[in-house]
Amino acid sequence: MTVFRDLSQHILDIVENSITAGATLVYLDIVEDPAANQMVIAVRDNGRGMAPEMLIQVADPWVTTRTTRKVGLGIPFLKQTAEMCGGNFKVESKPRHGALIQATFALDHIDRPPLGDLIGTLLCIVVGNSQLDLVYDHRVGEQAFTFRTREIRDILGADVPLSDPDVLGFIRNALAEGLSSIESRAGVDVKAGH
Amino acid sequence: MKSLEELRKIKERALERRKLSGEGARARIVVAMGTCGIAAGARDTMSAILGELEKQDIANVIVTQTGCIGLCEYEPIVQIQVGDSETVTYGNISTDRVPTLIETHIVDGEPVEAWKVRK
Repeated sequence: MTVFRDLSQHILDIVENSITAGATLVYLDIVEDPAANQMVIAVRDNGRGMAPEMLIQVADPWVTTRTTRKVGLGIPFLKQTAEMCGGNFKVESKPRHGALIQATFALDHIDRPPLGDLIGTLLCIVVGNSQLDLVYDHRVGEQAFTFRTREIRDILGADVPLSDPDVLGFIRNALAEGLSSIESRAGVDVKAGH
Repeated sequence: MKSLEELRKIKERALERRKLSGEGARARIVVAMGTCGIAAGARDTMSAILGELEKQDIANVIVTQTGCIGLCEYEPIVQIQVGDSETVTYGNISTDRVPTLIETHIVDGEPVEAWKVRK
């Protein structure tokens, strides 16, 4: 039951949940720790959160808050992927206090999907949700890269959209440079997810 | 983070261009990004749309996302509104259809009839 080819698609799906829950601030943390053979993906938001009864059911594939279709599928897929790859999954949330979704994977597990097109995915999140503040923190071993959308939006103001061709190029380059710097210093291929 | 000074220059250029064209947003593109959309490839579709705008240097187009709109079997779904004209809903917009869609509907202003969703 694999609907997503790569972990970036899971990330996008989880962040979409945050936005649907009214989040205006999302922290995305990706940690690749070769020494511990672990990858951690965590999404924390300031959305409306979930009641305890919802929290218990959230990893059940038949639960959803959506009204357009009767079945919710995103979170159970991530849980299943993590558990299939020698990792684990947790959700923490309280009504009005946001949510934390965290999945871990054994870094070298043969079934672990690659991160995939992380830059394309981040561009979709950033440009497609122009009111969202995203704080993206990516660590590989000892190396770290942080990307914040707020300072970009503060400079651009209300009149220049994030989908401006030059702005798209700027964001794409900033992400590519940041990722390649943690990748080369840590000596691993981040973009390929290995 | 890349030089924010560079971003300030980009902003000036964009504002200048906007003043010359004398208009606000010339088109809006919405990509459905629910779980069903992502599973069908909506991330790659949106990425291709952004890539096309960047490559062809098309300014004043707003690109946003929405959740599942209840037409899961037609995903990836893309909605386009040019100026004040009616919003057109397109279905099964895989990445290979993106260049034609942008060229025909955004640049030339002609909807692509064959890819419209018939509700």
